[in-house]
Amino acid sequence: MAEAVADKKNVRFIITRQDSADSPSYTEEFEVPYRPNMNVISALMEIQRTPVNANGKKTTPVCWESNCLEEVCGACSMVINGKPRQACSALVDHLEQPIRVAPMKTFPVVRDLVINRERMFSALKRVKAWIPIDGTYDLGPGPRMAETKRQWAYELSKCMTCGVCLESCPNVNDKTSFIGPAAISQVRLFNTHPTGEMNKDERLETLMEDGGIEGCGNSQNCVRSCPKGIPLTTSIAAINADTTKHLFKKWLSF
Amino acid sequence: MTGNSYYYRKLHSLLGVIPIGAFLVEHLITNYAAFNQGHGGFIEGVEWLNSLPLVFALELFGIWLPLLYHGVYGLYVAYTARNNVTNYGYFRNQMFMLQRVTGVLTLLFIAWHVFETRVQVALGNVTHEELGVRMHEIATQPWAFALYCIGIIAATFHFCNGMWSFLVSWGITIGPRAQRVSSYVWMVAFVVMAVMFILSLSAFLDPQFQDTSVLTKS
Repeated sequence: MAEAVADKKNVRFIITRQDSADSPSYTEEFEVPYRPNMNVISALMEIQRTPVNANGKKTTPVCWESNCLEEVCGACSMVINGKPRQACSALVDHLEQPIRVAPMKTFPVVRDLVINRERMFSALKRVKAWIPIDGTYDLGPGPRMAETKRQWAYELSKCMTCGVCLESCPNVNDKTSFIGPAAISQVRLFNTHPTGEMNKDERLETLMEDGGIEGCGNSQNCVRSCPKGIPLTTSIAAINADTTKHLFKKWLSF
Repeated sequence: MTGNSYYYRKLHSLLGVIPIGAFLVEHLITNYAAFNQGHGGFIEGVEWLNSLPLVFALELFGIWLPLLYHGVYGLYVAYTARNNVTNYGYFRNQMFMLQRVTGVLTLLFIAWHVFETRVQVALGNVTHEELGVRMHEIATQPWAFALYCIGIIAATFHFCNGMWSFLVSWGITIGPRAQRVSSYVWMVAFVVMAVMFILSLSAFLDPQFQDTSVLTKS
């Protein structure tokens, strides 16, 4: 009996849409038939199958991005009921209705819920978030990493460049060039690695330039928003310590 | 802006503590003398401060220029933030917003307060000995008293919360526990400083500050 009633239920969605990168945004409402355990992505798929809005008018299907559907790829970040998060792990049963879905506007909107996270990838390139091991001959195995270090460094490696920390940060916006919490935490990760440590100073110096670590204003929204529970503010403070030490070391060695 | 904003921001952060924060604490100690030592004690403090060698250079490089830099750059920092407390009502995010609001309030308050006291001394309208009387005149006007209370709360909050972020920005308090303990310590400091400043301000209401006659007697 209960199931039969549940089958008839609809879930209401209010989606912020945008037809192209330059066009103005508008909202459109949708009624999606409820299914148990559905998430925001499955609702969007339903809209894609039957692109009819709540007024019964045929419309264009809502565009979005997603890949893994298990909160490890970072592609489906969007603002759901006011908070940026992964749409795949946003279960409809846990959300207040109507469910408001909007793109993360800190990033350039491509269309509907699709955003361009390019700035995050350029940030990773800027800070050299990798371990340089290439050479003309085999360099052999690198130094070993202590297990105690590996355990907390592993937490930092969970970053999926999803952009949620940048979206929630009041200092990542059109008026600043702040690199954002994600890249700073990656600097800490790669500076901790015994081989990555060899290029430690280069990474720190990048963060000691315009748009670097000074952009952090300690609102700590990032750590509260990170879907992977990465200790972003601890990373920022630790890199603050490293950049401060580096600053004095540089001054005193000239 | 040209140049490296990392150094601009670091200088802003440092100047907020040394010398501006240090001066705020010194200012509290001098003013508190009005509360626990009366008119004579307060003027003694003023005279001592003005007897320091190179007092003009101390004021210029220890107060005015750092204050100007911290204030102007601070306005820029406040301008570049897009506050989002309505969406993210977390404690630290509220502090982030309040730090910017109190910063602007403090700047306005200091400009007004300096005009009423230091500028009047410079213009020759008030002598150092008469500063207690000057403060009595200000504090006895209810609206000025209220605005001074707001200014005091803004300034002490901005200093104490600013010390919290200073300790993070220079990498002294790193982990969440250290930052939490630091929050408590600076919240207590804020309450203590605000109460001491308001007690000092209230002390100027006392009739002994009506004129400088008590000074000559002692």
